[in-house]
Parts: sequence; structure tokens; C-alpha cells
Amino acid sequence: MTDIVPRLDLKGISKRYPGVLANDNVSLSVAPGEIHGLIGENGAGKSTLMKIVYGAARADSGEMRWNGERVQVASPAQARKLGIGMVFQNFSLFDTLTVVENVALALPGSTPRAQLAQDIEAMGRRYGLPVDPGQHVYSLSVGERQRVEIIRCLLQQPSLLIMDEPTSVLTPQAVEKLFVTLHQLSAEGVAILYISHKLEEVRSICSRATVLRGGKVTGVCDPRAETIASLSRLMIGAEPPRATGEARTAGDPLLVIDRLSMPPLERTGKTLHSISLSVCKGEVVGIAGVSGNGQNELLALISGEDARAPAASIRIVPTDIGALPVVARRALGLAFVPEERLGRGAVPLMGLDLNTLLTHDKGLTRHGLISRDAITRLAHRIIDEFEVKAAGTAAPAKSLSGGNLQKFIVGRELVKNPQVLVVSQPTWGVDVGAASQIRQAIVALRDAGSAVLVVSEELEELFEICDALYVIANGRLSARIATRDATVAQIGELMGGSGMPEAEHAAA
Amino acid sequence: MLRLEARPAPSTLMRYTAPLIALAITVVFGTFLFLALGKSPLAGLKVFFITPLDNLRGVSEVALKMIPLLLCSLGLAICYRSNIWNIGAEGQLVVGGITAGGVALLASPDSARAYFLLVLLAGILGGMAWASITAFLRDRFNANEILVSLMLSYVGGLLLLYLVNGPWKDPKGFNFPYSKTFEAVAMVPKLLPGTRLTWGIVIALLALIAVWIFVARSKAGFRLQVTGHAPLAARFAGFSAREGIWVSLLISGALAGLAGALEVAGPLGQLTPQFSTGYGFAAIIVAWLGRLHPGGCLFAAFIMALIYIGGELSQSRLGLPAAITGVFQGMLLLSLLTADTFIHYRLRRS
Amino acid sequence: MEQLAALIAATLSAGTPLLLAGIGLLINERSGVVNLGAEGMMLIAAAAGFAVGFHSGSATAGLLAGAAAGALFSLLFSALAIGLVTNQYATGLALTLFGAGLSAFAGLAYVGKSVPFKTTFEIPGLADIPFLGTAFFKLHPMVYLALLLTGVVAWVLARTRLGLTLRAVGESPESAHAIGFPVRGIRVGAVAFGGACCGLAGAYLSLIYTPLWVEGMVAGRGWIALALVTFATWRPWRVALGAYLFGSVTMIQFALQAEGIEIASQLLSMLPYLATIVVLALISRNPAFIRINMPASLGKPFHP
Repeated sequence: MTDIVPRLDLKGISKRYPGVLANDNVSLSVAPGEIHGLIGENGAGKSTLMKIVYGAARADSGEMRWNGERVQVASPAQARKLGIGMVFQNFSLFDTLTVVENVALALPGSTPRAQLAQDIEAMGRRYGLPVDPGQHVYSLSVGERQRVEIIRCLLQQPSLLIMDEPTSVLTPQAVEKLFVTLHQLSAEGVAILYISHKLEEVRSICSRATVLRGGKVTGVCDPRAETIASLSRLMIGAEPPRATGEARTAGDPLLVIDRLSMPPLERTGKTLHSISLSVCKGEVVGIAGVSGNGQNELLALISGEDARAPAASIRIVPTDIGALPVVARRALGLAFVPEERLGRGAVPLMGLDLNTLLTHDKGLTRHGLISRDAITRLAHRIIDEFEVKAAGTAAPAKSLSGGNLQKFIVGRELVKNPQVLVVSQPTWGVDVGAASQIRQAIVALRDAGSAVLVVSEELEELFEICDALYVIANGRLSARIATRDATVAQIGELMGGSGMPEAEHAAA
Repeated sequence: MLRLEARPAPSTLMRYTAPLIALAITVVFGTFLFLALGKSPLAGLKVFFITPLDNLRGVSEVALKMIPLLLCSLGLAICYRSNIWNIGAEGQLVVGGITAGGVALLASPDSARAYFLLVLLAGILGGMAWASITAFLRDRFNANEILVSLMLSYVGGLLLLYLVNGPWKDPKGFNFPYSKTFEAVAMVPKLLPGTRLTWGIVIALLALIAVWIFVARSKAGFRLQVTGHAPLAARFAGFSAREGIWVSLLISGALAGLAGALEVAGPLGQLTPQFSTGYGFAAIIVAWLGRLHPGGCLFAAFIMALIYIGGELSQSRLGLPAAITGVFQGMLLLSLLTADTFIHYRLRRS
Repeated sequence: MEQLAALIAATLSAGTPLLLAGIGLLINERSGVVNLGAEGMMLIAAAAGFAVGFHSGSATAGLLAGAAAGALFSLLFSALAIGLVTNQYATGLALTLFGAGLSAFAGLAYVGKSVPFKTTFEIPGLADIPFLGTAFFKLHPMVYLALLLTGVVAWVLARTRLGLTLRAVGESPESAHAIGFPVRGIRVGAVAFGGACCGLAGAYLSLIYTPLWVEGMVAGRGWIALALVTFATWRPWRVALGAYLFGSVTMIQFALQAEGIEIASQLLSMLPYLATIVVLALISRNPAFIRINMPASLGKPFHP
């Protein structure tokens, strides 16, 4: 490799943010035509490094070479001029503009719209990325949006393409299509920097990889020659711990949803079509699916945040709860852990003690006045039992790390020994240790006889802890599948929307 | 180049020193303003910060001005903590004054001495009624409370003008737009003989304690603040956003209406077209300067009262227009917002 | 008949300051920034415009000075709300309170003074047409200028790259920043445009419409203009329609008084404010209708 001038060569990049050294003496090089993986956990410093390359942040020290020449990238515009294109994780598209307007905004100069529309379609044909240039972005699926982002990059003829967690919102089938496109680009000599925390993917597409942990490079390797275990040792410093639990027999159905159909509250939401599911005592049931397919709408209807459902369509046997307010459902033993921790699961600027009041009431207030002692004791208990690292019971929720806050929020619900627990994305953005602790706690609750419903994007996680699975796609829910009979390919098909029951059938 | 950088956690130190920094910036600004107007800055600052406090009469006048400022700001603090942008305290105060005045005008010389309590109650109900229009339109129609409450302030002001120029005009008042003077029984008793200060200040301080308990200790106050800080968390917890709208606006209307009643049945003793010299708007600054905290509001109301009295004094002592009060008020809020930035950010060289 | 024509003309004149301010605030808000300082900027500009008009004897100079004062004052807002990321609502409110105080203070010297400017100009040929002439062709040039401005703004927003950029920044400053637009610069520009338009409106009030300087003379028109932008769901021609509707509401009071109908003037003066409340309630009833064109980042701070 030494005789080829690397397209991108980073040496000794360091970047400090208040309270954290995000990049510590990081070096990395990508050759033309190479697909280079950049792997690491959330918070390992991948995004910071890419921001520096793309000119959205400036390094405190270190140098960057582009085709052998030393460069200072001061802005994204300059990065694009050099030939660096970036596809963002949370797409940088404008919803209310059309595809062609979105592309026009990112390109220098003013190509006539009609010409640009033709260019978009031509580029789409060439790389298997079909999009309609005249459509508004808000009407596109997540996969289509990503295509727009990629085409927008490609129209600028980049010689380095940065992909930031490109598959986190794609079905397994869409991922395969994306890989075909990436291989085609690399064959044409485009260097690709592929950022991910999914080791399987990196192994299947990258020919070289740099691993980051805590802002430092912990290894450079050929991922194809490594195993998942050896890569994850580099990435997290230890073998990932596993939750344990044996196959077991479940009890009677407890949480039952019966043919629930509902238009969304928000214009951009998904309509739910005749959803039916049941969760029995002593079982964990998972709902798989790419986010934005109706999960949030369904969860709000279960939790009571959206109480428009017909009363009998949701039941905690034997009570109809579909039309009950949140507080009444909680009194019946329903506990809910939402996806967003800050701002929904917890009030960011309030202390952990006050945050207990969101879902607890009994014994914490007297004559309408809050008992400081009682909430402090409760917060203490949660912190102790769930090993939450916090500066104290009065520490604001915002000051906790994602994993610790999630442990607190899950713990806050679990100390109540709820009959029914509904959890959304239990370990999203949580470090490996905390994730495993949370999964173990969920399994322990099941073993104690509660019914648990888990909604997650992480298939691996669902396969690990669930007794049965459903798949949600486009507002429809699949039939129930026992986890031991399920395959990733089958779930992936369902996630893409094929094989879903039609509304008429499900209603029958 | 300097740039702002987000702090990892909000600075508590800055949170409480920001009002002092803002005050300092305003004083510096005032110094330059006095210089520009050809007055001695020292004499000018003395008129604002020392003269009002160097005798009992002055102190009592400052305390008197604090009553409406404190009451209105306490209500606004609750609203802003609930993220309800009520900027119509002025209208609620004026209407409270009108209803209180209406009841006061009905008194006869032989009504009971406690008649003034009825007057105060009328003021409270008037303010609540006016605020409830905003609450209703926000709750039922989702109408922006900033615009509605402000428009209602204009309407309230015009209603007062209409009444004192029309049906309630004193027939023996030489055609001045004033109502008759109220009977003594309709008036709030004086606290200090020889001054204009009434028991209103005690009532305002009691309101402060009540609001303090409500905000810091009650579950209802907690619910309100969650709906304000984190609406999604409130929905998650099952706290009603509608309750947040109604409770905060009604409390705020009640306190502003009470302030109006204490003003007309206190130092004035009759309805006049301009009985509120912008107290409701100044209270917005007071609430902000007081960090939306009841204790802070007391301090801020004191400062604001000084600025009011200083403005009046600078007219007689320095020959400056009283409008200077408004300039200082605006300046104070602008500097406060500037200083507040550094609670969440700090300056770094980039 | 001629009376109706005069009423139409008066409506157009009364609607013009609302239209000018509304169009400016529309651009301001399309960039994602709410400036509640409109009333304050109009007051400052009314005072500054009057002072310059009074001393220079030129209405044009006065109007330009008003626009400059509005734009300059808006920079104070930008420095805080965009530069220092302060709360936009609170900052705008502060600007209004400060503007009210400062204009009252600075304008004291001009209370009771008057300016000799012509308030109507006849368009040769057209002004003599019966009815239409009085209704549409004997107005101040600012009336036509406001309409022209509406057309230009509508065209820029819909058809130009500048308009596209502005809409993009208002919808998602994060995305716009990510692809390399100077978000804060664009916002400062949009706010300054809003300030200049509000300034023009304020100066028009004190120099042409009233024409004299009185403390607080803008009388809530800045707030009504802000409400108008919401009513119009951020569309230029709807702002124009709304402005003239409100102009006609203002005129009703004069028409009724001219008819000799016995209603106290204070009660009639409530009409524009009450109308604002009623329309606001009716339009806000359907959040989807408002949101369809609402810039998604409206009022949210952006810190790169």
C-alpha cells in the first residue's frame, strides 16, 4: 500500500470538547478505491473525526493530507470543492422542498431545474438509485431519502465519500442494494469511508478498518480476516456480556390489542391498520421494524399519551384501557419506558428526585405537597439497585450519561414491579455494559411473571431477549412468530413490507 | 475570533449573578446617558438609587410601587415557568382595577368597614376573567397567547378610557376623565400614618409566600412546571397541558387583578385613565430579572420600583423627562438577556 | 358612491403600514426567526423618521431614515437572539419595551410639531376616472410601493435561489449548516430586512398617515402585523389581503362616526384588536392549516 498516495491521510488529530477529549492523536488513511471502515461505539469519537474531515469542526492539533498535499478544511463548502462528499446519518434534507430543489441547494452555480432533474434520473439509473426528482421530500420513505442524499453527493463527483451509519434506518434488503452501489463506486476509484458500529456489516463490505475507542485508535485491521469477537474486543475492550434466560412456558394473555386502526395525530405520522397482538404473563414479546413505520404511534396508544383508541381495542385483561388516561393505566400496573430519555422519560433540568414524581405518586405527596424525604429515598433506592452513576439524588437528569439515565428510567419503572412493561429502544445509544444490565433486568421482570413488550430496531437484541416477535411495517403488524422459529432473512422480508397481512384479512 | 461554546452543564453561579451584571451594565449605560444629556452622572445615579431611600416618605413610596410590580411578576413567573407567554398582565391589572372600581363606586358611607375586601375580591375576579379569555382561546382554539393577551391589554385600556370618559365620569369633576372618589370604606387601610403606603404591601408579601410554596413544594406546581419545561414528559407522566394553561393564567390574572384593585383603592382612590403606568409590562422584566423565583421577584420589584421613582424624581430634580424610566427598563432587560447567555455558554477563542 | 371610493382609498392607506411591516416580518420569519420587537422597531422608526423629515423637509429622507433606523435597531435583536442565542421571544419583547421607552424619550422634542408633506398624489389621467380615480389613483406612492414589494417578495420566495435558500434555512438550520450555508448570516439579513420594512411602516405612520409624532402612536400595529403573518400562513399575497381587511376594520369606525351613529370612539377603537383576536382564534383552530407553511424551525434557537 505504501507506493500509492492515500486519498485521505490523517495524522495525530486531537480535538477537545468541554469535559471530554473526543479525538486523541488519531491517525487514519484511505486509499483510492478502498472501502475503509471506521468502527467504534457511540461516543468513541467517530462523528467528531468526520466533522473535522468535512470542515464542520476544526482539530486542535494534527494534520490532514489530501492526495498527498497538506490541507486545512475550513468549511463544508471547501470540503466539497476538494471532492469530499458526506451522507449524513440524520439526513440533511429539507422536507418541504422537492428532490430537485434539495439537490439544487447543495450544488454550486445555477443549473436549470429541468436539466438538473435529468441529471438526477441519469445518476439514479447508473447506480441503481431510482428517485422522482419532482417529489417533495416529506413524502419519501427513509430509504428514498438516503438515495437522494447519495445522489446529491455523487452529482458533485466526489473522490471521497463519507457514509455515516448509513444502514441504521434500512431493512436488510435495502442494505444489500446499498452495498452493490458502494462496490460499484469503489470500482470506479472512489474512496469510501464507512462509519458504523455494526461489525457484521463492516466485515462484509470493508477491506480495511480503523477502530476507535474513547477517542483513541485501538487497531487497524482487515476486518474480513477478523472475527466478530476479536473486533468487538478492539471496540469495547472486552467480550460483550450476555443476558441469560432459558426457554419457558408463558401464562395467560395480559396485554391484548385487538384490531386497532388509527389515523396519526401528526401530519407526518403513520396510520395504523388493524393491529392485533398479545403479550402473556411471563413472556417478552418484541416488535421489530425500521423506525418510522408506526412504532411511536402504537406506543402512544398503549401508554395512553394518545387516548383516542376505542376502549376495548386495548386491554390489560380483564380491563378495557384504550380510552383511559395515562394515570389510570399506570394505576392498573402498566409501566412505559419511552424512546427519548431527555425531555420525555425525564425532565432534563430537574433532579432525579423530582423526576421520580413523573411516574410515582403514592407516599410521595401529602395534602398536595411534595415530601422531599420520600422522593430522595426513592431516588436513592433506584440509584442503588440499578447501579446508576450520578452525582446524587438531586443531580439534574441532563447531567447523566445516556446509559446511566436509561438505567434510572428503567429502574424507576421496575421498582414498581409492574404487571405490564412496555419498553421502546431499551438500549439505543447505551454503552455495552449498561445495555446488558438493562436486558438482564427486563428478563428478570419476565421471570417474575410480568408481561413485557419491547420495541427495538436492533434485531440482535430482539433475538436475544424475546420469546416471540412481531414485525411492524408501514403501519401494519405481522403475525406472531416464535423467536426460535424466526430467521433474520424472514424478519427482514417483513420489515420491507412484503408478506404483511392485508387489512381485510386481519380484520376478518 | 471569539465564539460561543456550550457549557457541559448550566452555570449556577452565572444564573444568580447575571441579574447583578445586568444591573451593572444598565448603570454604566445610565452614566453615559446622563453624560450625553449634559447632566452629572453622579447626581443622576444618586436620584435613582439614593434619594428615594433617604427618608421614610421615599421608602414608603418605593414600597407602594413594589405592590403592583411584585404581584404581577409573581403571576407572570408562574406563567413563564409553565411556558405560557402571558404578556397581558397590564390588561389583567387594568380590568381588575375597573371591576374593583365598579364595586367601590357602589359603596355608601355606611357600608361596613370590611367593604374594601369586596373591592379586592372584585379586582381578583376581574383579572381572572380577563385572563380566562386568553386561556379559553389558547385551550379551545390553540390561539397564540402572546398576541391574544397583548391585544386584550389594548382592549382593556380602551375600556377604561370609555368608562372614565362616559358612564363612570364624575359629574362634578369639571369634565376631567376621572370617576368619583371612592368612599373611605372602599379603600384599603393605610399601613403607615402620614404616608400613602397601604396594607397592600403585606398582602403582596403574603402572596409571595403562597406562590413560593406553590412553585417549590406543591405537586400542582410541579405538574405545571413539567408541562412548561418538557411537554412530552408531561404527556408521558399524564399531566394535563390544559391544566397548565388554565391554572397559570388564572393565578396570574388573579394576582394582576388584585394589583389593579390595590392601586385604585389604595393611593388613587378613584379610577383615572392612566392608573397603571405600565406596571404589567414592567412586571415582565421583574419576573425575568427575578429568575422566575418568588424571592428573586421581590428583589427585582425593589430595583424596578427604584427606577420608577427615580424617573419621577429626575423630572423634578434634573429636568429630565420621565420617559427615561422606560429607557432604563428596556436596557435592563436587554442586558439581562445578554448576561443570561453565559449561563449556558462561555466564550472561547477559536 | 364617491363616499365609498374615499372609503376604499382610506382602507388602502390604513392597510399600507400593516402590509409593509407584515411583508418584512414574513421574510424575517421565513428564515426561522420570530421578532416580537416589531412594535418597538416601528416606534423607533416613527420617531427617527419624523425627526429627519421635520429637519430636512423631505418626506423621502424621513422614510429612508425610518427604514435605516428599523434595520439598525433589528441588528440589536440579531446580536442577542442570533449572536448570543438568547430566547427569541424574550429578546423581541425586550426590544419592544426598549423601543417604546427610547422613542418616547427621543421623540419628546417633536410632540405637537407637524410636517407639511403631501399625503396624496394624483396619477395624471387615471385620477380623473370617476370612482376608480378616487379609490385607487389618488394615493401616496408608498401604497403602490408596498404592493410592488409584496410582488417582489412573492417572486423571490417562489422562483429564486435566494428564496430557496431562505426557506431551507427556516426549515432546518442544522441541515442548511451541514451543507455549508452561512445560516446565521442569512438570518441576520432576513431580520434586517424585517427591521427595514417595519421601519418604513413606522415612518409612513408618523410622516404621511397621521402625520405627527405622538408617544406610543404605533398603537399595536406591530403586533397586528405579527399576527397577520400567521393568519396569512406565511404567504405574501395573503398578508396583503389581511392588511387591507384590517385597514377596512380601522375605517369602519370612521365611517360609522361619519354616519352619525352614536358609539363611543373608545369602543370603536377596540375593533382592530378584537378583530385580531377573533381571526387568530378562527385560523388557529386547525393547527394543520397553520403548520402547512410554517417554517419548521420558527422561534427555535440555532447554535452551530
